[in-house]
Formats: sequence, structure tokens, C-alpha cells
Amino acid sequence: MNVWVLGLVLALTAAAAVWTVVMIVRDQSPPSDPYFALLGVLALVLLGQVVGGLVALGATERDVDGITFVAYLFTALLVLPVGAGLALVERTRWGTGVLLVALITVAACEARLQSIWTAGG
Amino acid sequence: MASREQAPRPSIDELSSGPGRILVAVYGVFAVAATGRSLVQLGVDAEKAPLAYSLSLLAAVVYLAATTCLLLGGRRAWSAAVAACSVEAVGVLVVGTLSYLATDLFPDKTVWSHFGQGYGFLPLLLPFAGLAWLRHTSPSRLG
Repeated sequence: MNVWVLGLVLALTAAAAVWTVVMIVRDQSPPSDPYFALLGVLALVLLGQVVGGLVALGATERDVDGITFVAYLFTALLVLPVGAGLALVERTRWGTGVLLVALITVAACEARLQSIWTAGG
Repeated sequence: MASREQAPRPSIDELSSGPGRILVAVYGVFAVAATGRSLVQLGVDAEKAPLAYSLSLLAAVVYLAATTCLLLGGRRAWSAAVAACSVEAVGVLVVGTLSYLATDLFPDKTVWSHFGQGYGFLPLLLPFAGLAWLRHTSPSRLG
């Protein structure tokens, strides 16, 4: 598990989460284009994490719970597009709230990925 | 807040709109999480903790049912969603209590162990949020 990728994902997720809360408070929906650009960057990093994670899993000597690890890698990647889709369908504060749920899910996945990887050591 | 009061009461056909979207999102995440967990547990080592793993599968089915019902909307889906949320509420309370009192019953964790501690206690909160939303959209109140 690359610590730098993990840190980058968490930093971007935190930034997006703060932005989301601001939008919810201001009742601004649907989210602006710059916001979706940030989500796009996060999605690209998550895609990189999937690739990097799979490679690392293949190369490692550690006894990592592979199935669960891969499941979390893909969940973290896929939850954002689904959340963004829902936010565009529901153009209210609640739709934006879905994005917050998605971002918290990403953060939870990252925490699980890290603990699964560490537990394998 | 005046505009909010004048907003049309959510229809039973729109269980997944407005606040319902949040519920659908959270239920969807838990449906995926519980399904994934139970499939991995049952697939890898079903003998280790049959009761815990069966409960994981039950939780997965309940979450999937609740997600589907919210998405479908309508009177029958509403009733089914009430049933799903009730099973969920009972499940998390019973399993949560048992996981503290009868630890030997649960050699491995389920989604509902320790009132959903491994999932930020959301499994404890979710059925009641669901029931509150369903009460809000209740057909009898729509008249």
C-alpha cells in the first residue's frame, strides 16, 4: 500500500467533503463544475490506487486478505460516480448530501484498505 | 423555512427523492458492504462461524430489500420497506446485545455486532432513520 497515494486520496476526499458541506449549507445545487473537476481528480487518483493496489497485492509477500482488499479498492473507485449521478438527478440539497455520503464511504474504504494491508504483515 | 413548509408532501411514489436520496445512498452502500462481507465469509470459511455468517447474509438481504423498495416507491414497496426496516431494527438490537452478552456465539463479526461498531454505529441509526422517513411518507397521512 502506497502511503503517499493513501494520503493524497484522504486529502482530496477531505477537501471535497468540506466543499460539499459548504454547498449544503448554502443550498447550492447542483454542484458547480470546478467541484466536479475536483471529484474527477479524486477519481483518477482512486483509479491509480486500484492499479497500484493490484500490482502491490501481486508482488507482496504479506498474507493480505486479497478478496476483501480488492473489493474495497473497487468500492472506493465506484462509489463516487454513483454519488455524482444521484446528485445530478436530485438537484436539491439532499442530492448534494449524497455526495457527502459517497465521500465518507471513500474515507471508510481507505481506512479499511490500510488496516487490511497492515493486518497482513 | 416558509418555503420548506409549503413544499409538497413527499409522495409514496417518490420514496427515493429528497431526503430519501440520502437513505437510498446509505442503504445502497450497506447493501454492497453486507453482501460483500457475507459472500466472502461464506465463501472462504463458512464453518468458522455459521451463525454470524448467516446473520451477515440476512443483513445483506434486508439492506438490498430496503434499497430496492425505496427505489421502487408505491404502496406495496412502502409496506415492504417498513417490514425490512423493522427486521433491521430488531436485528441490530438483538445481535448487538447478544454480541456483548454471548460472545461465544459470535467468533467472527457481523455487520450488526456491537450495534454496528465496525461501521460507525450507522447500522444502529439507519433502521430508525428509515422508519422515520417512511412514517413521513405514510399513505394514511397522504390521505
